[in-house]
Amino acid sequence: MMKRILSLILAASMILAFAACGSKTAEPDRELNVLNWGEYIDPDLIDEFEEQTGIQVNYIEMTSNEEMLIKLRSSDSNYDLCFPSDYIIEQMIREDMLLPLDYSKIPNAENIDPKMKEITNVFDPGNKYSLPYMWGTVGILYNTTMVDEPVDSWEILWNEKYAGKIWMYDSVRDTIGITLKYLGYDLNTRNEAEVNAARDLLIAQAPLRKGFGTDNMRTSMVNGKAALALIYSGDAFACIGENPDLAYAVPKEGSNVWFDNVIIPKNAKNVNAAHMFINFLNDPENATRNTEYIGYSTPNKAAMDNLGPEYTEDETYNPSQEILARCEVFHDLGEFVEVFNAAWDKIKASN
Amino acid sequence: MKRKFFAYPYIVWMILFIAVPMLFIFYYAFNVDGRWTTEKFIQTLMDMDNWRILWVSLEFAFGTTAICLLLGYPIAYILSNMKKSVAGFISVLFFVPMWMNFVLRTYAWSAIIEYAIPELFGVTESLTDTASGRTIAVLLVLVYDFLPFMVMPLYNTLSKLDKNLLEASRDLGANGVKTFFRVVLPLSVPGIVSGITMVFVPSITAFTVPALIGNGAYMLYGNKIETAITSAAGYHKNDFSVGSTLSIILLLCIVVSTLIMNHFDKDKEGGSIL
Repeated sequence: MMKRILSLILAASMILAFAACGSKTAEPDRELNVLNWGEYIDPDLIDEFEEQTGIQVNYIEMTSNEEMLIKLRSSDSNYDLCFPSDYIIEQMIREDMLLPLDYSKIPNAENIDPKMKEITNVFDPGNKYSLPYMWGTVGILYNTTMVDEPVDSWEILWNEKYAGKIWMYDSVRDTIGITLKYLGYDLNTRNEAEVNAARDLLIAQAPLRKGFGTDNMRTSMVNGKAALALIYSGDAFACIGENPDLAYAVPKEGSNVWFDNVIIPKNAKNVNAAHMFINFLNDPENATRNTEYIGYSTPNKAAMDNLGPEYTEDETYNPSQEILARCEVFHDLGEFVEVFNAAWDKIKASN
Repeated sequence: MKRKFFAYPYIVWMILFIAVPMLFIFYYAFNVDGRWTTEKFIQTLMDMDNWRILWVSLEFAFGTTAICLLLGYPIAYILSNMKKSVAGFISVLFFVPMWMNFVLRTYAWSAIIEYAIPELFGVTESLTDTASGRTIAVLLVLVYDFLPFMVMPLYNTLSKLDKNLLEASRDLGANGVKTFFRVVLPLSVPGIVSGITMVFVPSITAFTVPALIGNGAYMLYGNKIETAITSAAGYHKNDFSVGSTLSIILLLCIVVSTLIMNHFDKDKEGGSIL
């Protein structure tokens, strides 16, 4: 009997130990929980922020916007800062999940390029809840030794000459989005027939496709294993840096311009430190180092001024007004996203 | 029976991490926005795309299991006829790669298929450029990963086989082939059953290998559950009903296949999962 009680105590203490893992040990106002994409910040900056302020930063990585949304909705969510993409921010505003930013605590916000604020206005009017962090376009990365014709249209991704050498991106919105553009439709269409037309075109592309890539696609392109890839400009910029045979183009039919903005969730515990961190990131010097580390374009004008011509004069890193003019941002599709997901299932099943 | 109390931490573990999550799956399958309904459940069942995806996953699982059995049986048979010390050494060789992390091994295979093999033959094309090549590559890596799980139970059963029975068979006039099919094979059924179970069940849900080796070109059942759960967050307040329903279907598939396999293994000699 004694032994049974002992083992029950053992079991109970195990449960308590697990429960303790969930609760926090440090003082809440000395701690900042950041939820961000992997390798999406210069780790030295985190160390410096900790040194300067004495606030401990817990950097938690996410792999998708949807995963982040699930985490933030959880009732015991304790994230103070997060970096979702444009259309997700639009949805979060609609669902009243965000805290308005207190700009008196973010003097460095004035470093953000007004041109960028103009674009982000479409999903967050007046940047009430979010401040641009990184941005870029979606386009084609190609190997100039394998592709001899000019790359100026999405049509080349359906060219049989490059069968088995074409990478698409493993993401519903991007891959279907550019196909809609190729067909001359709206990136944010809510017309089922148009989505299905894009779906059929992508099913027809199956024999030409090497696959739907993410990280593996970058390695493949850098090593000259494929000719063409649908890619984010920031990734393209990094690939071109490693292999000068590569080049990047945003096709004439138009494309997507995307933003990852920094937000503070409504249930954040350490709002003050979150503002401090946003201000710290937008310091011209810090923003410069951050964009150099990540390789994605910075919306910070002061940081842009610090960068050399290898960044500022590069159309991949810093697209011209003419390129930007043919790009639009993604909008939250609401329930219509189901039509996109169903199309995606069929496209994936066609391989 | 005295030492039963050692089982309590394990029982608590089972309740916390197996029974409770299972209840959650059933709860979410029939509960949308705090309201009990079978509407989403039926809708998911009626969606033919889900069944098509399940079928592709089953095809990979069947293929992997069949190739593992065809390759693994001769290996186990040869091993069982070797001297114990030699056989022990060779079976360790089989297990050494498994000490390394599964994802790392898969990445290594991806590099071999994408880079090392084309380099070796001096070509730019790789196996994964075409759909059929990707299927072959995925099957190759799945078989590599699961082969030890087939060989080991078979080896256990075959090495315990009473050699007197084989001699008796010979004495009574059966040749080697006949002895194998009439004596060895029937007696090794428990090993075959647990080998098949140990390969088939995990390979239905394998999606790391198809994702990494198959260039993300496949939508397998595991991926489908993942997207069903993550994309549902896009427009509802965390509606997990579709993902839960898909999980229940998978659970039933595994229970049914295990029951079928157990039916063949009446003596439970090879050990079983359920």
